[in-house]
Amino acid sequence: MGVDITLIWALIIIFGIMMYVIMDGFDLGVGILFLAIKDKEERDVMMNTVAPVWDGNETWLVLGGAGLFGAFPLAYSVILSALYLPLMFMLLGLIFRGVAFEFRFKASDRNRHFWDKAFIGGSIVATFAQGVALGAFLDGIPVVDNAYAGGGLDWLRPFPLFCGCALLVAYAQLGSTWLIMKTEGALQNEMYRFSSYFIWILLGALAVVSLWTPLAHPEIAQRWFTIPNLFYFLPVPLLLLFCFFATLITLAHRATASPFLLTLVVIFLGYSGLGISIWPNIIPPSVSIWQAASPVASQLFSLIGALFILPFILVYTAWSYYVFRGKVKIGEGYHH
Amino acid sequence: MDPYSSTAIDLARLQFAFTVGFHIIFPAITIGLASFLTVLEGLWLKTGRDVYQDLYSFWVKIFALNFGMGVVSGLVMAYEFGTNWSRFSYFAGGITGPLLTYEVLTAFFLEAGFLGVMLFGWERVGRGLHFFATATVSLGTLISTFWILASNSWMHTPQGFSIIDGRAVPVDWLAVIFNPSFPFRLAHMAIAAFLATAFFVGASGAWHLLRGKDSQAARTMLSMATWMALVVAPIQAVVGDAHGLNTLEHQPAKIAAIEGHWENFPGEPSALILAGWPDMKAEKTRFAIEVPVLGSLILTHSLDRQIPALKSFPPEDRPNSTVIFWTFRLMVGMGMLMILGGLWSLWLRRSKQLYTSRAFLTFMLCMGPAGLIALLAGWVTTEVGRQPWVVYGIMRTADAVSPVSVTQISISLVLFVLIYFALFGTGIAYMLKLVRKGPQPHEGEHPIEGGAGQSRTPARPMSAADDN
Repeated sequence: MGVDITLIWALIIIFGIMMYVIMDGFDLGVGILFLAIKDKEERDVMMNTVAPVWDGNETWLVLGGAGLFGAFPLAYSVILSALYLPLMFMLLGLIFRGVAFEFRFKASDRNRHFWDKAFIGGSIVATFAQGVALGAFLDGIPVVDNAYAGGGLDWLRPFPLFCGCALLVAYAQLGSTWLIMKTEGALQNEMYRFSSYFIWILLGALAVVSLWTPLAHPEIAQRWFTIPNLFYFLPVPLLLLFCFFATLITLAHRATASPFLLTLVVIFLGYSGLGISIWPNIIPPSVSIWQAASPVASQLFSLIGALFILPFILVYTAWSYYVFRGKVKIGEGYHH
Repeated sequence: MDPYSSTAIDLARLQFAFTVGFHIIFPAITIGLASFLTVLEGLWLKTGRDVYQDLYSFWVKIFALNFGMGVVSGLVMAYEFGTNWSRFSYFAGGITGPLLTYEVLTAFFLEAGFLGVMLFGWERVGRGLHFFATATVSLGTLISTFWILASNSWMHTPQGFSIIDGRAVPVDWLAVIFNPSFPFRLAHMAIAAFLATAFFVGASGAWHLLRGKDSQAARTMLSMATWMALVVAPIQAVVGDAHGLNTLEHQPAKIAAIEGHWENFPGEPSALILAGWPDMKAEKTRFAIEVPVLGSLILTHSLDRQIPALKSFPPEDRPNSTVIFWTFRLMVGMGMLMILGGLWSLWLRRSKQLYTSRAFLTFMLCMGPAGLIALLAGWVTTEVGRQPWVVYGIMRTADAVSPVSVTQISISLVLFVLIYFALFGTGIAYMLKLVRKGPQPHEGEHPIEGGAGQSRTPARPMSAADDN
C-alpha cells in the first residue's frame, strides 16, 4: 500500500494535541492570570471570555488520548503509566478548575473566594503537570518488553520541572494576549503590561529548552546541528525570533488581535521545534511511530472516520466561536 | 508470573470502579434529560404552551450542571485506561481504542459544539436552529452511548479479532461492534438512563405537589414521568430478561454467581434462591430461602433444564457471588418498584387523584434516586460478574494492570475520593437546590443570556445553572 496510514495518524494526533495546547492554553492562562487580578468584576469578565468555549477546547485533549489509544496503543500504555502521577495531578487540576470556575457563578459573595482559589490552583496545577509530563517525555522513557521500565518518580528531575515552569509562562502569555483581544479598559491595559513582560520570559524559557535538549541528548544535537538539516530547520528559530519582535512591536502599538495571533504562532513554532527534535519517535528515545502502531485494520478503521468527521468538527467549532464573538464588557448590568 | 501485588490490582480496580461509578451518574442523567429537553422544546414549538417553555428553561439549567460534571469526570476515564490498565491498553488498544476515537469524533465534539447554542443561544439564533441544537446534543448523547457500550460489550463477549504477537487484532469490525451482548446491553443501558431521569423528574414534581406548590409545571413533570414509568419500566423488564438469557449463553459463570447457585443434581431442575448469603470460601449459599424448579423456569424457560452451577467452574474462574447476588436483587427490586409506580399512577389517573394522593406522591419522591440506584447496581452486577476477566475468557484482570506502584495508586485514589466527594457533592447539592426552587411561571420568557458583549455571560456549561 502506497499510503502510510501510520504517518497520517501521527499527524492527526500531533494536530489534535496542538489544537489542545493553543486552545486550552489560553483558557488555562486566564486561570493563571486570576492570581494577579483581584477585582470581582474584572474576574467575571476574564472568566466570561473563555466561558463559551472551554469544554470544546478540552475535547481536543480527549481526542489526543483516544487517538493515541486507538492508533498507538503501545505509546498510550507506556507513556501514561510512566507519567502516572503528573497526569493524575493534571486531571485533578482540570476537574478542580472545570467545576470551580463554574460553581463560582453560583456561589454566594462569602464563598466565592473559595472557587476563585480553586480556579487558580487547578489551572496552575494542570499547567505545571502538563509541562512536567512534556519535559519527562522529551527526556526519554525507558521501555522494556513493551512496558514502562522506569520508576514512578523519574519525572522528578530538573528538566521536567523547568518545563513545568516554562509552560506556566507560555499559557500566561497566551491568556494575557487573549484577554487583550477580548477585553477593554483597565483590564486590557493591565494585560498589555503583563504581556510585554511575559514575552521576554517566554523567549528566555524557549532559549533554555533549545540549549538544554541538544546538550543533554546528542541525538537531538545531531538532528539540528548537522548539514543539511541545519538549513532545513533554521527557519523555525528565525521565524520564532521574528514573531517575538513582531509581538513586541504590536504590543507597543496596542494592537488588539495581533499579539494573540503572533503568540499562537510562537507556540506553534516551539511545538514544531520539539517535534523536529524527537521525530519519528513516539516514545523517545527508542520507539518510533511505526513500532508503536496498532494493527493496520485498527488504524484504517478509525482513520476513515477521522478524515471524514474532523472537517465538520472544525466547521462547527468555528461557527460556535463566531456565534459568541466580540468583546466582553464590564458592568453593563443585565437585569430582568 | 505476575510481578504485581494483589494489593496494586485491588487498588487499581477500586479506583476505576470509584471514578467510573461516580462518572456514570452524570452521563445517565445527561442522556435522559437531553431527550426530555428535545421533547419539551418540540412540544413547545408545536403547541405554543408556556408550560413546556418554562419546563425547558428549568431543566436545561440542571442539564448544564450535570453535563459539566460529566465532562470533567469523563476526561479522567479517557486517561485511566492507560494510567491504570496499560497492559490491557496494549493488548486491546487496537479494538477499544478506535471505538473510543469514534465516540470522541462523532459524539463528544458534536455535544460540545452545539451545547453553547443550546444553553446560551436563545437570542442569537432562530427558534428552528435552537431546536436543531438541542436535538443534536441529545443525538450526541445517544451516539456516545452506542460507542462506549460497543466497547464495553466487546470486553464481555469478544469476537471479530485474532491474537497476533500478544495483542488483539481486529479482523471483522462489524463483528467487533455488533458482538453478541451489545444489542441487549445498549438497549438495557439506554432505557435505564431514561428511567433514571424519569424518576428524578417525577420526584421533583411530586416534591412540589407535596409541599402544596401545585402548578401546571409540577403536574406536567409528574405526569410525563409516570407515563414513562408505565410504558418503559415493563419494557425494561423484558429487555433485562433477554439480556439475562444472553448472559446465560455467553457468561454462564456470571449467572451462577448472580443466583448463588453452587451445584446441580442429576435429573433435578434448578431451584431459585430468593435470599441468602453466598459464601465463596465455604462454596455454598448460607441461610438460603429457595423455591424449587423456579431457577430452571425463569432462566431456561423450561421445567427440566438446569442452570449453571458455580462448582462446575474452577475456583479461580468464579466471579464474586456474595456481591453480585445482592446487587442483582437490588436492581430487580428497584425495577419492580418502578413498574409498580407506573401501574399505581394509571389507577390514580382513572380516579383523578394522581396529583393529590399523598401516599403516591411520597412514594414517587422516595423513588427519585431509584433509577440511578438500579443503574449502579446493574453495572456492578455485570462488571463484577465479568471477573476474573477483563476481556472475557481472553485476558485476566490481574494481567491487565499497569506497572505502577501501590504508593502511586494509593495517592491518586485518596485524592480522587476526597475531591470527587467534595466537588461533585457540591455540584449535586447545587442541582438539588435548583430542583427545590422549581420551575417558575414565565421562566422561559427570560432565557439565559450568554456570550461576548453581555456582562452576565455565564460560563459554559455549568453556570447556565445560575439561579439568580
